[in-house]
Amino acid sequence: MNYPENYRYTKEHEWVSLEGDIATIGITHHAQEELGDIVYVDLPKPGAAVEKSKTFGSVESVKAVSDIYAPVSGEVTEANEILGANPEKLNEDPHGTAWLIKVKVSDAGEFSHLMPASEYQTYVGAES
Amino acid sequence: MIPNKVRSHLVQNEDLIFEQSSPGKNGYQLPPLDVPEVDPAEALGAANVRATIEDFPEVSEVEVIRHFTRLSTWNYAIDLGMYPLGSCTMKYNPRINEAVARIEGLAWAHPYQPESLSQGVMEVTERLEAALLAITGLDAITLQPAAGAHGELTGILLVRAFLEAQGNPRKRILTPDSAHGTNPATAGIAGYDVQNIRSNDQGMIDLEELARAVDTDVAALMVTNPNTLGVFEENIMKAADILHSKGAMVYMDGANMNALVGIARPGDFGIDVMHLNLHKTFSTPHGGGGPGSGPVAVKKHLEPFLPTPRLHRKGDTLTWDYNRPQSIGKVRAFYGNFGVLVRALAYIYAHGGPGLRNATVDAVLNANYLRHRLRPYFDLPYDRPNMHEVVFSDDRQSAKGVRTGDMAKRLIDYGFHPYTVSFPLIVHGALMIEPTETESKRELDQFVEAMIAIATEVDTEPQTVLKAPHMTRTTKVDEVTAARKPIVRWKR
Repeated sequence: MNYPENYRYTKEHEWVSLEGDIATIGITHHAQEELGDIVYVDLPKPGAAVEKSKTFGSVESVKAVSDIYAPVSGEVTEANEILGANPEKLNEDPHGTAWLIKVKVSDAGEFSHLMPASEYQTYVGAES
Repeated sequence: MIPNKVRSHLVQNEDLIFEQSSPGKNGYQLPPLDVPEVDPAEALGAANVRATIEDFPEVSEVEVIRHFTRLSTWNYAIDLGMYPLGSCTMKYNPRINEAVARIEGLAWAHPYQPESLSQGVMEVTERLEAALLAITGLDAITLQPAAGAHGELTGILLVRAFLEAQGNPRKRILTPDSAHGTNPATAGIAGYDVQNIRSNDQGMIDLEELARAVDTDVAALMVTNPNTLGVFEENIMKAADILHSKGAMVYMDGANMNALVGIARPGDFGIDVMHLNLHKTFSTPHGGGGPGSGPVAVKKHLEPFLPTPRLHRKGDTLTWDYNRPQSIGKVRAFYGNFGVLVRALAYIYAHGGPGLRNATVDAVLNANYLRHRLRPYFDLPYDRPNMHEVVFSDDRQSAKGVRTGDMAKRLIDYGFHPYTVSFPLIVHGALMIEPTETESKRELDQFVEAMIAIATEVDTEPQTVLKAPHMTRTTKVDEVTAARKPIVRWKR
């Protein structure tokens, strides 16, 4: 699987990309594969605060409900509306159109402490 | 060889009761009214009266009886065969329990009866409390909680109340990664943050990681023992010492108590508070046959905080004590699910101490027998002697495209209820199997033959497994579409 080089990754299998002070957050290809068919996505509303390493929503698959952890802290500016009616998008395009939320970050330094793609790929390889 | 198992034989479809309705039909013919007619709108107020109820089913008595009897034949039940659901302890519910629960004075007792007329039912409560304390080795117990998770919440609220009384409720609850999902949920509802503790390669709590995690912000560790891998936490006393040294407590989820009754007492291995599942360990009905019951037993220091009222004996008389200033209050109406308490006491008395111990030994023996017979066919990630249940992984089969859930569905065709799938989470593609002491060697062997037959099918004809079940009235359902686009209400 191709993990975008400009994204950063967490051990809990979230990805984040940063443009200016706006971070886009999603879950990785590996995460959606482990979860199986995703049936429901619960996301915070714009304006909500998210805190690094704290849960901000959940993803429900046929197998389980999993918490999603914020890779960075900040304020939610947008939640991906297409996932409400089309949760299967998260299985189809987890690194692209099926991003979860956009966040105005409070500390851009948090981004650089996350795993780069190569490290994440090694981590996923070791875990499976 | 396909085991010769029972199967329900009625495979015809059945309309909903609403669809069987025909206007004007009813179950009974009533005689003509021989008293003055009352206008309901006048008596109750027009707003409370409606002329028709949309789609109210109008059917005869025999149609009602046949409808629900036919539906019941689609079910699987412990009275039909083995229910190997790991973590659920689906043991047989002995009929003596039912006979005792139907004794008039117990079945018709009313919670508003005065205490003077309730001494018998109160003595049932007193005797059950004494028996459960003897089994757990703890000091005091409440029978109020109505289920295991309810017991957990009650227990953690007791921990919180105790710590609050000391001036600081603390912030975190620790749960191992093999925990029942209700443990972290309980901690969250009780206002605590949850911290996960990783298991070591033997499937037990990693003491070093535990020691690193425990500080004076930790309120308690919630631990299931034996844990959900069916492994006894051998270091439980050391773990308890680590918690106690920082003023934190140990909560034990007693869901797996079936492996300990008569052998080991949680009160002796460092547990401060725990719940029991009477509907698991003590053979009262569950899995839709409930209701449940989740008594919470505690060490002495937590006793002042137990729910009100508390049972007290003064000489020959039992009374309820409501004057409990430090109590967390009531957690359930009246005195818990009393009918369930009666059944549990009947089970305990029918067995006696040595009988309960034998049940434990047989439950552990049965699970180890299944581990031994099935290990050539399924991967066993934590390969060590187990207690009451055993957890395999589907690694060997999923490499061929067949997962634990598929094999569980195929098991239905062989006349068994599915085992527990995909839990505990620390085993990838888990097959969690708990036979309980209920099953004879004959039944266990039939189960083993079914599992071996399925493992063989995965090699030779995987499609048969992937498309299972074939023998049921409804075959494999599309769970994904059902979850993504649920139809939650029937419409004509």
